[in-house]
Amino acid sequence: MSKDKSEYLINRKDNQYEVVIGLEVHAQVTSESKLFSTSSTKFGAEPNTQVSLVDAALPGMLPVINEYCVKQAIKTGIGLKAKINKRSVFDRKNYFYADLPQGYQISQFKDPIVGEGKVILDMPDGQKEVGIERLHLEQDAGKSIHDLDPKNTFVDLNRSGVALMEIVSKPDLRSPDEVNAYVKKLRSIMRYLGTCDGNMQEGSLRADVNVSVRKKGTKEFGTRCEIKNVNSIKFMQMAIEYEANRQVDLIEEGQSIDQETRLFDTKKNETRSMRSKEDAHDYRYFPDPDLLPLEVSEDFIEKLKLEIPELPDEKKKRFIEKFKLTPYEATILVSDNETSNYFENVIKKSDVKLATNWIIGELFAALNEKNLEITESPISAGNLSKLINLIKDGTISGKIAKTVFENMMEGDKDPKKIVEEKGLKQESDPKALEALIDKVIDDNREKATEYKSGKVKLFGFFVGQVMKVSGGKANPQLVNEILKKKL
Amino acid sequence: MSIDLKTIKHISKLSRISVDEKKAEKLAGDLNSIFEFIEKLNELKTDNVQPLTSVAETTLKLRDDEVKSKNLREQIIKNSPQENEDYFVVPKVIE
Amino acid sequence: MSDITKQSLSELIKNIKDKKLSSTEVTKAFVERSEKSKELNAYVTEDFSAAIDKAKKFDENPNLDLKLPGIPMAVKDLFCTKNVKTTAGSKILNNFTPTYESTVTQNIWNEGAILLGKLNCDEFAMGSSNETSFFGCVQNPIDKDLVPGGSSGGSSSAVAAQLTPITIGTDTGGSIRQPASFTGIVGLKPTYGSCSRYGIVAFASSLDQAGPMAQNVRDCALLHEVISSYDEKDSTSIDFKRNNYVKELTNNIKGKKIGIPKEYRVDGMPKEIEDLWKKGIDYVKDCGAEIIDISLPHTNYALPTYYIVAPAEASSNLARYDGVKYGFRADGENLIDMYEKTRSEGFGAEVQRRIMIGTYVLSSGYYDAYYLKAQKVRKLIKNDFDEAYKKVDAILTPSTPSSAFKIGEKTNDPVSMYLNDIFTVPVNLAGLPGISIPAGHDAKGYPLGLQIIGKAFDEQNLLNIAYAMEEKINFKNKITDWWIK
Repeated sequence: MSKDKSEYLINRKDNQYEVVIGLEVHAQVTSESKLFSTSSTKFGAEPNTQVSLVDAALPGMLPVINEYCVKQAIKTGIGLKAKINKRSVFDRKNYFYADLPQGYQISQFKDPIVGEGKVILDMPDGQKEVGIERLHLEQDAGKSIHDLDPKNTFVDLNRSGVALMEIVSKPDLRSPDEVNAYVKKLRSIMRYLGTCDGNMQEGSLRADVNVSVRKKGTKEFGTRCEIKNVNSIKFMQMAIEYEANRQVDLIEEGQSIDQETRLFDTKKNETRSMRSKEDAHDYRYFPDPDLLPLEVSEDFIEKLKLEIPELPDEKKKRFIEKFKLTPYEATILVSDNETSNYFENVIKKSDVKLATNWIIGELFAALNEKNLEITESPISAGNLSKLINLIKDGTISGKIAKTVFENMMEGDKDPKKIVEEKGLKQESDPKALEALIDKVIDDNREKATEYKSGKVKLFGFFVGQVMKVSGGKANPQLVNEILKKKL
Repeated sequence: MSIDLKTIKHISKLSRISVDEKKAEKLAGDLNSIFEFIEKLNELKTDNVQPLTSVAETTLKLRDDEVKSKNLREQIIKNSPQENEDYFVVPKVIE
Repeated sequence: MSDITKQSLSELIKNIKDKKLSSTEVTKAFVERSEKSKELNAYVTEDFSAAIDKAKKFDENPNLDLKLPGIPMAVKDLFCTKNVKTTAGSKILNNFTPTYESTVTQNIWNEGAILLGKLNCDEFAMGSSNETSFFGCVQNPIDKDLVPGGSSGGSSSAVAAQLTPITIGTDTGGSIRQPASFTGIVGLKPTYGSCSRYGIVAFASSLDQAGPMAQNVRDCALLHEVISSYDEKDSTSIDFKRNNYVKELTNNIKGKKIGIPKEYRVDGMPKEIEDLWKKGIDYVKDCGAEIIDISLPHTNYALPTYYIVAPAEASSNLARYDGVKYGFRADGENLIDMYEKTRSEGFGAEVQRRIMIGTYVLSSGYYDAYYLKAQKVRKLIKNDFDEAYKKVDAILTPSTPSSAFKIGEKTNDPVSMYLNDIFTVPVNLAGLPGISIPAGHDAKGYPLGLQIIGKAFDEQNLLNIAYAMEEKINFKNKITDWWIK
């Protein structure tokens, strides 16, 4: 453990505890139809309108696997720098629940489609490698609605059978911040690949969080508890904090931790036990006899490799090397494919430094305020590029540019037109400026004298006056230069 | 190896079939005689044998990502034990 | 009594094509005979008036190019038939009407056949005597209070009693071949993957196959041609070139090598069965084929293997019968209570037994010792056949260790009931095709069958051997219509 890295520790009177976290992320595949059936996967449909005979587990119905889902799982595996298993097996995970119509979930147990891999996180104090144990394909379950009726549960099977990729990390995470970075990185990679849209509000991405604690310095893992189905990063972080403290408290009291499944209560912000020990599930996994082992050829995998776009890590490296961005800037710009594409489009014809600052600064702020994604940006990359060029060539000042920018946010207009229409061109003619400045100094003789006798702060006053008199259009750089000379 | 009442009760819980004492005893008797018969397999040494995955001499066929089943709600819910046009209705689980 | 019902399928088709008979006449004849035969209890659901309507409609505009033009047919109640109740012989599906059709039955209707009704069977195909059906026992038309075999007991009884010219059954461990043997008819279990399982109520997915049950081998070949097809909706369906089974049917099997497996000579095998087998060997030689002694060393382990694999798969396949989406539901105080009551009341004793066995052999701590072990032994059994088929083209064995027994005779002893399948089970475990043809009678005059086992996808050869032997055997089924008053 590096002493340089800031550690997340739970402190008690005499002891310090480290938190060990492993995540099982469930990512919904971006397919049109389900994993083993031909009904739609669209979010938000009327209940039970996206349920096929196979989904409803009617007698005699059989699963047939969706090729697209297989491809997305392999592509994701490639993105996770993981081993692709040419032969994998689908197993039945047997248990009874109202939203599980077959009485079993088709999943992969012993032979998953993807093996070990890794994900690199960019943390403030350096890079961290998080190991991936495996990725497998499985069916999602339907939805049980408990609050429509006091005595009954209502079941909607629309989601039943949708393809999920379960990505299991090694227990390498050590803090809520790392979990945040990990989930965001996974999401980013999958969005780049187009294999999962990572929309947590719609449930496309959720996680089971495994938490255990151990005294700092110990090598053995403590008993872990699993917090199931957490559907936002914020909740994951809160759950981890609560759970870690709960476990530490128990240990401090001399008690042992029961290995159990827990839920995060989003209203009370605490975890609570989900199942008693008696109902411990015995899933009785066995290979699904309605399906044969999945075999993919080297050729099949190679073809998919060709479809992989430049991924975040590679793109970040390239941005730093080619465009001389700082790691911080690069990380932000590659966090999703749409942003990096936008950036690269803007810098095609304009200054990189300015583009970086304007995108990360003004644009992101404006989009956030209006709750828009970059794909919904009112300002096109082309027009932002033009705006930046107007600044660079001195046509407008940075300050004026902000006004133009605000205007452009109302509707994607050519900045040149806006500058013309509103007469916002900055005054950069040295002669004209000299004349203005002379007049200002003239009108403020006393202050000029004060300045010359040492009141340096008055410089700003003069700059302000010049800007006021020029209607904000005076070229600030030139004003500064000329004022300095004249005062 | 013998299957006792405790095991019968455990299996019946797993398979969601209720058993009373009498039924459990009969089942234990039946299962024990069946398992005596099955134990014969222990005579065979199978350490180096690969388990059979399927007798179907073919590979798993992959299907196109097409939506073919559209709005079958009426068909799906038609045979449902409870009257409700939109949902399947079941008694609540006790958490 | 009409002579129409005495005709074979092939004869009826010829007469309809030659316009000597109409579909309406034929259908009415079978309906009439079926209505007089309720004592056999072969039917669970009768669709007689609809059948006659369909027959009339067919006659208005008959398509005589079809393979089963206007032929009435009842089918085992394990095939989902659209808008016609499908029960699988169980209380838990007693109120279930599918909105879809199984691929196999759709193939049959596409060739012009007409549904007469659904035939009784052991519950969820689990049984060897049709005594586990929720709808009661089926009578074997051979003699009163005799079992027709199972699980396709209603099917075998109906064909033997000529309530339907032909039918389809399903076979997981012998459920077509054993009842065929008990009732003196022909039953074929095709190679695994030959017929689609889509729309067939699943028992054991890696073993189930649909197949024809007929009065003679030619009829059997005809129906097999119709039902065997590649189906994209079944991932275990196999796309192979299927023969024109009827056109290529021949009794010339000169030079074919037929294997006699010594391990099938089981301890305590009744002399009659032994004698029948010997006679079978003579018939084979008579046909110009060669007899070769072979060994299938793991034969004795087939039944225990089957009674692990089949219940394991069944326990999972039957988990969907939970009262939530369809079928019988018992009232419960909460979800788990509802599940337990529904399944205890909805399933019969044999089904519950097998679900328990299956759940146990898959459970934590036992999976390796039972299920995994069984799948390994299954490999050994398949290897036995692969080895044997390097030397022979087909294998000849008895179909059953005895003739039909009395209703109630074996219901108290599950193991003794399971032993009925001793000769048929290895064939399912290896995924091979097998056919039972009636070959003789025992001292009581009850039919006995011989089984021929073929190579995978080699149904043509299998049918040819059966066809040749059938000619030599010249079996006559003794049906006295005792149940018709």
